Amino acid sequence: MSRSMVSRGGLRLALAGAGLLAAVVLSRPSVAAGQPPDVPRAKHGAASMEHQLQLLAKITPEVDAAKAPAGLDPAIWAAFIPKDNALTADRVALGRKLYFDARLSEDGSVSCATCHDVTRGFTDQRPVSEGIAEQLGKRNAPTTLNVALLQTLFWDGRSPTLEHQAKAPILNPVEMGMPDEAAAVKAIRGDPEYQEAFRRAYGRDVNYEDVGRAIAAFERTLVFVDSPFRRFAAGDAKAISPEAKAGWDLFNGKARCVTCHPMNPSNPLGTDNRFHNVGVSARHRDFESLARRAIQALEKDPSEKGLDELAVGSDLSELGRFMVTRNRADVGAFRTPLLLNVGVTPPYMHDGSLPTLWDVMDHYNKGGEANPFLDGGMEPLALSEEEIGQVVAFLFALSDDRLAGESQRQLTVQRAAAGKQRPFRDEQVALRRKLLFEGRVMDRGGPGK
Amino acid sequence: MATQKCAETKYLQGRREFFRGLKNLDRRSFLRVSAAAAGAAVASGVAPCRSFLPVTLAQAADPDARKQSFRFAYISDSHLYERSLNDRFVNAILRAVDDVNHMDPQPDFVFYGGDLAQLGQAKELELGAQILKELKAPLKVMVGEHDWYFDMGEKWRELFGKPTYSWDHKGIHFVVLNSVVERDFWTARGLTPMERMLTVAGLDNGLQSPFSVGEPQRTWLAADLAALAEDAPIVVFSHSPLYKLYRAWNFWTDDAEQVQAILKRFKQVVVIHGHTHQLLTNRIGNIHFHGMLSTAWPWPYAPEGMPELTIQMSRPDPFNPNDGCGNGEVRVHPDGLVDKVYNLWNRNPVTVGRNYTSTWGKQGIPPRPNRPSY
Repeated sequence: MSRSMVSRGGLRLALAGAGLLAAVVLSRPSVAAGQPPDVPRAKHGAASMEHQLQLLAKITPEVDAAKAPAGLDPAIWAAFIPKDNALTADRVALGRKLYFDARLSEDGSVSCATCHDVTRGFTDQRPVSEGIAEQLGKRNAPTTLNVALLQTLFWDGRSPTLEHQAKAPILNPVEMGMPDEAAAVKAIRGDPEYQEAFRRAYGRDVNYEDVGRAIAAFERTLVFVDSPFRRFAAGDAKAISPEAKAGWDLFNGKARCVTCHPMNPSNPLGTDNRFHNVGVSARHRDFESLARRAIQALEKDPSEKGLDELAVGSDLSELGRFMVTRNRADVGAFRTPLLLNVGVTPPYMHDGSLPTLWDVMDHYNKGGEANPFLDGGMEPLALSEEEIGQVVAFLFALSDDRLAGESQRQLTVQRAAAGKQRPFRDEQVALRRKLLFEGRVMDRGGPGK
Repeated sequence: MATQKCAETKYLQGRREFFRGLKNLDRRSFLRVSAAAAGAAVASGVAPCRSFLPVTLAQAADPDARKQSFRFAYISDSHLYERSLNDRFVNAILRAVDDVNHMDPQPDFVFYGGDLAQLGQAKELELGAQILKELKAPLKVMVGEHDWYFDMGEKWRELFGKPTYSWDHKGIHFVVLNSVVERDFWTARGLTPMERMLTVAGLDNGLQSPFSVGEPQRTWLAADLAALAEDAPIVVFSHSPLYKLYRAWNFWTDDAEQVQAILKRFKQVVVIHGHTHQLLTNRIGNIHFHGMLSTAWPWPYAPEGMPELTIQMSRPDPFNPNDGCGNGEVRVHPDGLVDKVYNLWNRNPVTVGRNYTSTWGKQGIPPRPNRPSY
């Protein structure tokens, strides 16, 4: 992937035509293909922290942190907030400062916002993320939007809370690379602003546990659920296109999406919070030998940090949930990602191997990739091109209005890319003209030959 | 913070606290929240940190196993249809074949428990036979009613040979019976082969007769066992359970008492059966009974007649067609008793050890699932 670092300077603010996103026009255009153009860049391809903060301020108006976000049930909201980390303005402010602070990385080049970038759907829109010293991890950065309502974090669910999750990447050697908690605390402790902010937020000195708590508090404010689909579900029949409406019907019917991506008032995210092998890693891995190696590695180092490093930094990453439970049922199974704002978070899947939502549909249309651990719900869907387009239209109707500009841009970029090539499409399998098992059984002189 | 806790334990702790917090909610709020948290309840069905090695590794580490006992693998009740009707069950039996082929070291043999086909069609049986050819270990096959009643076992016998046979392996005497013999209910009614097959394939169908082993096989069995001493270790395979569980579903063998009487003089006998598609444990006198899992679908438990020793698996997840299905292995000890391993594809495996049945359920109790059965 080629990216040119673009210096800041020569900024001209201009509001993007239809969208609410502000685009910053630069003298030198173009970063990585498909990424938001004309944005001042920081290291590793992220938008500059100043630019992200400006944009964030525009799209997240001041609200009372203690109250449930508009449109979310207060009882549900309260149940998801830990007792020792009630949302306060001071905690959110501290968390915001930490989220955008690259000092928390070993070489000062990576912050949370490097890979969960405001301009890129709170992800990095790259297959896998780049950490310190240009190291690539093994997994795609999920969005930090709407994560407050998730029941587990990370692709393999190895983290039970946002507080717990936020502390891991800072110490992961291929992400932010701090050698230990003390080093992370030391990097910011000297800053009088932090000393005061920690005291105000938690009544204590700078410490690592509160770093996690504050970042979690900030992330809980990233509630982006105001989509055209939400207005449609509330009764505004004209809120989404007829194409997207047809997609919603397919989503609940022929395309079978709803089996793992439930979307309803009490669970608006579009995830069942469970783990499924849909065959993505089966494309390039032999699970059995990986699983054996994983068990040896996990026995040698059963610590949480050891697991984190194997999950993000080694090829054992492809085992997914198995690394956490060591249960064969979980081999190659990954967390069902939430669907809200999915249009702005390409590429897709735990390894970012599917560039567009059309590719995602092609993957599911053929029933995933055959492997012994494939989820039992996976089967060929026989969706036509028109139907695939309808489901994709529905998925883009899940973008929050504040991300409409980027969503529209992504739709154009992805449609163009899908128009050029569809490497994961297999119509013969999707239509059951060819059955997956036949390549294995019949071609060796079985019945039917 | 206790760093030695694994992520799974921490997760469960977090969830427990979450659910404790729910108690403070009023009922309406609780209902809404519990909908949101349904996934967490499911996740908590996994025992904390009860991580397990792949069956193969755990086995290799057991010194007792290497010394004298041996094991075989089983696959059962795959119910294959023709390609135009269903390929999900084909993928399921292929998964079982992969599971077994990855066992290291390989099992002494693989036992197939019957109902390879769904409607006894030649194509179904041929497909199944072709798939079972992929197994690396030697294969032994038993017949089920779904294999038999289209052409009265003609195709099955052509592919697999006699349905009733016995052999000795490492000091154990193995016997395979055809326990799905039905009285002729079709000739008088003028049923076509397919009508006969569909009648047998249906549950709650009063037209068909109960299964039985029948007089000729009972005579054969008595003769087959005649030379054996009373302490000889014997394992008998039957497709239907060799006892009377629930008549309407033919979880039943009509002449079970007579077969049991033939086995009575032995110190202990193990009977392993298919047909019931579930964890099923029973003991009648000297006979220890174990069910096999299906690769195709799990049956619910019968509404009456459940053996007390059975620890019922919890209700399969309707959103996961693999849940409640699986294959397994049987560790055979020199005394002829077995540890029966249910390798559930979507759950932790369950072992019903010989200690459990030999103490009438007082010891070696398998972990009870913490979700309801039915």
